[in-house]
Amino acid sequence: MGATATRSRSTRGGTAAAGGDAPEMVQLLTPDGKRIESARDSYGTEYTVDFTDEEYRELYHDMVVVRRLDSEAEALQRQGELGIWASLRGQEAAQVGSGHALQPQDMAFPTYREHGVLYCRGIDPIMPLGLFRGVDQGGWDPNKFKFHMYTIVIGAQTLHATGYAMGVAKDGKVGGDDGEAVIAYFGDGATSQGDVNESFVWASVYHAPIVFFCQNNQYAISEPIERQTRVPLHQRANGFGFPGIRVDGNDVLASYAVTRAALDQARRGQGPTLIEAYTYRMGAHTTSDDPTRYRLAGEVEHWRAKDPITRLATFLREQQLADDDFFQQVDDEAKATAQQLRERVLALPDPQPVQLFDHVYPTGSPELDLQREQFSAYLASFEGSEH
Amino acid sequence: MATENLTLGKALNIGLRKAMENDPRVLIMGEDVGKLGGVFRITDGLQKDFGEERVIDTPLAESGIVGTAVGLAIRGYRPVCEIQFDGFVYPAFDQIVAQLAKMHYRSQGQVRLPVVIRIPYGGGIGAVEHHSESPESYFVHTAGLKVVTCASPLDAYWMIQQAIASDDPIIFLEPKRRYWEKGEVDTAAPAVEAFPLHAARVARAGTDCTVLAYGPMVKVAAEAAVAAEADGRELEVIDLRTLSPLDLGPVYDSVRRTGRCVVVHEAPITLGIGAEVAARVTEECFYSLEAPVLRVAGFDTPYPASRVEEDYLPDLDRVLDAVDRTFGW
Repeated sequence: MGATATRSRSTRGGTAAAGGDAPEMVQLLTPDGKRIESARDSYGTEYTVDFTDEEYRELYHDMVVVRRLDSEAEALQRQGELGIWASLRGQEAAQVGSGHALQPQDMAFPTYREHGVLYCRGIDPIMPLGLFRGVDQGGWDPNKFKFHMYTIVIGAQTLHATGYAMGVAKDGKVGGDDGEAVIAYFGDGATSQGDVNESFVWASVYHAPIVFFCQNNQYAISEPIERQTRVPLHQRANGFGFPGIRVDGNDVLASYAVTRAALDQARRGQGPTLIEAYTYRMGAHTTSDDPTRYRLAGEVEHWRAKDPITRLATFLREQQLADDDFFQQVDDEAKATAQQLRERVLALPDPQPVQLFDHVYPTGSPELDLQREQFSAYLASFEGSEH
Repeated sequence: MATENLTLGKALNIGLRKAMENDPRVLIMGEDVGKLGGVFRITDGLQKDFGEERVIDTPLAESGIVGTAVGLAIRGYRPVCEIQFDGFVYPAFDQIVAQLAKMHYRSQGQVRLPVVIRIPYGGGIGAVEHHSESPESYFVHTAGLKVVTCASPLDAYWMIQQAIASDDPIIFLEPKRRYWEKGEVDTAAPAVEAFPLHAARVARAGTDCTVLAYGPMVKVAAEAAVAAEADGRELEVIDLRTLSPLDLGPVYDSVRRTGRCVVVHEAPITLGIGAEVAARVTEECFYSLEAPVLRVAGFDTPYPASRVEEDYLPDLDRVLDAVDRTFGW
């Protein structure tokens, strides 16, 4: 995407500007769809975007498609076709904005909820569904897609991302505009994990080319943000020695601008940044969760008014960048894509029982070979019988 | 020939150096491994010769060491992590058992993580708590990890190089009380002459009872064999060397001849390597056994205070006592 995000920082690695006039978070599109020309973070850095009309429409398109795919996956779970699903509903702007900010050479390390980032990387949305259907464990080649596998243990991937970023630096791939940057996704709950804090230490002392992208969706399953922190999460970065910025995670423009600037900073060899994308998990933690047990409907309605897709739609209409035909077209396309996804999920083949022995070790194991042989013989003993 | 009389620690040091010379992707990382050369000096001189980019003094956090090693391996490096002492590995447990061990399986073979985690283990050095443990069963019980341990300078020299060259994630257990024991090592010999990494080896031939040991206990078993000679018994001592996968072919061959089997390890007895070996030997050699497989091991207590550790650790007398019991069955 061609839009630039300008960033001129008055302080670097110092403390954020204190005082009441410090902006709460970077926002370039208000909940009622009004464009803010430029915005500053608490360090005084200024952000703006100069998207073309087509690029604005593309952001809208992608958010609608990922929401529609997400709904389809949720429905598939309800119909018994997926074991579980972790919905991204409400977080489309944070994911599509940051996802578009990634350059082709950049590497992303997701949690298990980054379906929107995956889509923006140009990856077939069927790829992670094997994990949720239970036909595989969500395996792909991260270097091929520049998108690591989903990580389920909370925060573990931030260390993988940091190590990978150290490797990027060792390879001499930082220092210019064509340098490589790494982005690590995680949530507000993860910030309490030791691994996340250790990754902050590592990234800081080795000056690794990494952006820590925390989607603060206000809940770690049932536990509100107050159970994780008494300070705004982005402020944590200061204690580790790199900047932390809060962005309106329901604003795709600001999410893009702040991420793009942080990635560029990393690729140029200027070290890590923590981004706290302030957003809201509109759905349940996963399909196994029941959020009515721990939050009020009024709170959800409050956040519905800040919906990331609605606000961009309002902007597109008011600026006459899109008409009814466009919106209809996007909806139709999203629906068709979701229908295709459904059909392909249902066609995913179950693995054969003996395949469970595959790929335990790169160089194999005689012990496992023996177990496979014995289990195969056991299975074969049923051939020809009714049960 | 360049045969030298090396300590086990120095043999590891030279092995690491060779691995770094042979492959520029090999990194060493851990606490104090750089300028200090590690608290046991196993990495002595390596940072001076290979630089801070390849011999990395890390922050003091074990999960961070292993977690970033996983990321470096995804990037194409071959990290060799040092965990300073056995009892300090637990903060890294998730990164080892849920990430490092499982990523190849999770990715259906598309991600290889050639990471070696070196852990000085075992007791007998008069240390305080957390410095004398034998955690091998945790890792042997984890699918996706391979676990090996050396008992001699010659094995230390070759096995560390073989482990680094392997694409498997490997837990490399070093018998710290043997770091200062010496043996002959030919550092000019070609790698093809090395004994395979994942193979057990008969350390001493015998006919009357098979004694299995690994790491620091191989020496104890060998001493027991010498003492047993005086009683007219020939013990066959087998150094298991590889704990995951186990290589029990030579063990079955031996037990079919001797009819008796004793397993020795420092780790607590319950669900230790001895338990697994006993189960398999019983299954494979049932009709050859003159007595049950007996275990000489640490007790199911925390590792005790050092002034009583000699009572906790299997020694020559306890091994011979078990051998005697196999004859009295």
